[in-house]
Amino acid sequence: MTEPQHGDRPHSPGPSLYPIGFAAGVACILVGLIINPMVIVPIGVVIAVVCGFLWARDATQEFRVEPVGAVEPERGGPRESTDAPAVPAHQGEAAMAELDTGERFPRSRFLEGATLGFGAVIGGLVTVPAVGFMIVPAFKGQGYPKVDLGPLDNFTPGQWFVTKFFMHPDAGEVSHRTAYIRNNGQLNGKPSFTIISNRCAHLGCPVQPNGPVQDNQKKDINLPKGQRVTMIPAIPAGGYGCPCHGGQYDVEGNRVSGPPVRALDRYDFAIVDGHLILGTPYSVSHVKGEGKDALIYKYKLTGPGEHVDGWEQILYPLQPPH
Amino acid sequence: MATAARNKKSARRRQLEAAINYPIDWLEERSGLIGGLRYFLFRKVPGDTGWWHTLGSATLTAFLVQALTGVILAMYYKPDPQNAYQSIQHITNDLTLGWLVRGMHKWGASVFIILMFFHMARVFLFGAYKYPRELNWIIGVTLLAVGMLEGFTGYLLPWDQTAYWATVVGINLNGTAPFLGPFLADFLRGGGEIGTETLARFYSMHMLLIPGLIFALIGLHLYLVIRLGVSSPPWSREAAGSDYDADEPATNGRSGLTQPAARSGWRRNGGDDV
Repeated sequence: MTEPQHGDRPHSPGPSLYPIGFAAGVACILVGLIINPMVIVPIGVVIAVVCGFLWARDATQEFRVEPVGAVEPERGGPRESTDAPAVPAHQGEAAMAELDTGERFPRSRFLEGATLGFGAVIGGLVTVPAVGFMIVPAFKGQGYPKVDLGPLDNFTPGQWFVTKFFMHPDAGEVSHRTAYIRNNGQLNGKPSFTIISNRCAHLGCPVQPNGPVQDNQKKDINLPKGQRVTMIPAIPAGGYGCPCHGGQYDVEGNRVSGPPVRALDRYDFAIVDGHLILGTPYSVSHVKGEGKDALIYKYKLTGPGEHVDGWEQILYPLQPPH
Repeated sequence: MATAARNKKSARRRQLEAAINYPIDWLEERSGLIGGLRYFLFRKVPGDTGWWHTLGSATLTAFLVQALTGVILAMYYKPDPQNAYQSIQHITNDLTLGWLVRGMHKWGASVFIILMFFHMARVFLFGAYKYPRELNWIIGVTLLAVGMLEGFTGYLLPWDQTAYWATVVGINLNGTAPFLGPFLADFLRGGGEIGTETLARFYSMHMLLIPGLIFALIGLHLYLVIRLGVSSPPWSREAAGSDYDADEPATNGRSGLTQPAARSGWRRNGGDDV
């Protein structure tokens, strides 16, 4: 049995770059949805529509230009008697030659296309919103709230405090966060604070102070909106260490040893009505100096384990909106 | 001799057989299900298959145990951060046999993963991934990956410290993948931080999305096993191409391939006595 081989007849549509352009347009739309829906998405739409149109034109060109074939008249006459042994249906010649009706768009092909096309449209109408609902909410409205950490007087200058608070008091325990906070005193007449996140820059475990934590001097502060701040004085003389995989940091959060790829994250802060207000977190590659004189190399908040500097940063060109 | 035995059957016994066969024949005539079941279960396998070849069905059994116990655990489990831990304590300590079903699900998860690896090792060491079974190897590897994902999403559900921090680390590991990693991590968390949505999300993936995928992939996996037949072990004389069974030569002289019997009703002898 001879199967038709590839190469016996040329592929009908020649190779075309339009599908790639179409895919690039779609990719542009998807990226634009995350980065800048107002500018990048329309550009992607234009690319996709233009390339899609050209692609469709290209692919159907041969079909459209093909001349109408002449209908061959059916031959009459008696059939030859079949003395030969029966041939299985899937071998030998077809019992009846395929009808060449000469139609440019045979009805069956139209119905086939219509069924598949409408199926695709209906499937898309159902799937796109469902998948969008699955994915998009994870990337929208994700900012960090401003958290009131209580009166400035609680933060003794020069003293570290393990400070626990609720990022979203309504959400309960799951939003419990910890930061290491030190009041650096005054810098150019303004208060200076060092607020280090306890999220390890390796894979996000909670780092612990290497030094005594004075649990007996624990202080609970109840604030409006269900916020409850717990402050425990600590002396992280040996910096911070992570219990999970052994990452070590110095007291300013610089990586000393182990698997972390950068320094510990920090938080912005503001002073409002004599209260310390926690702002948005940001990532830090490293810190030079100490306390209020520290020079902080600051980057947009980045997930643990992701490089913000060095050549490896090219692996993480985009961050989801936070 | 068989004919003689059949002739000796009493009229009463023939009546009884007819009564038993009637509903089976009825179903077979209208659906072909009985023949299909026979085709599925009574396949020809190489004569020298052994215990090693049972690892695949053992894995399947482990998965079915997970599916069954999981469905029942879902009747008592509450997937929200305020109640998840307490509901698991309730299942373990208060409900009748809850400790057993939870234990089966917890330990069965490890059994499932371990058996997958054993099965994979068997296929690899027997060379059973070779032509024409490459596609089934690929589906199997996909099943392994999806099975691990099932383990990962299930690990968060007890909502204790181990579960929480293991998931923090696991999600952040995914986040370190180049380019799309940070987005994958946010997708898994349902946001920038593990929060109220993460648990429900993992629960939905663990009990709906991934098991559906696993069932579909197992279906494909089994379809290919039935279509291609079971491979002989590497020490098989049959596989070496000797005239092991002159009556039934291997299909197309291809070593280790056996052809399933044609679909021909559910009874071996064509039901000549009805």
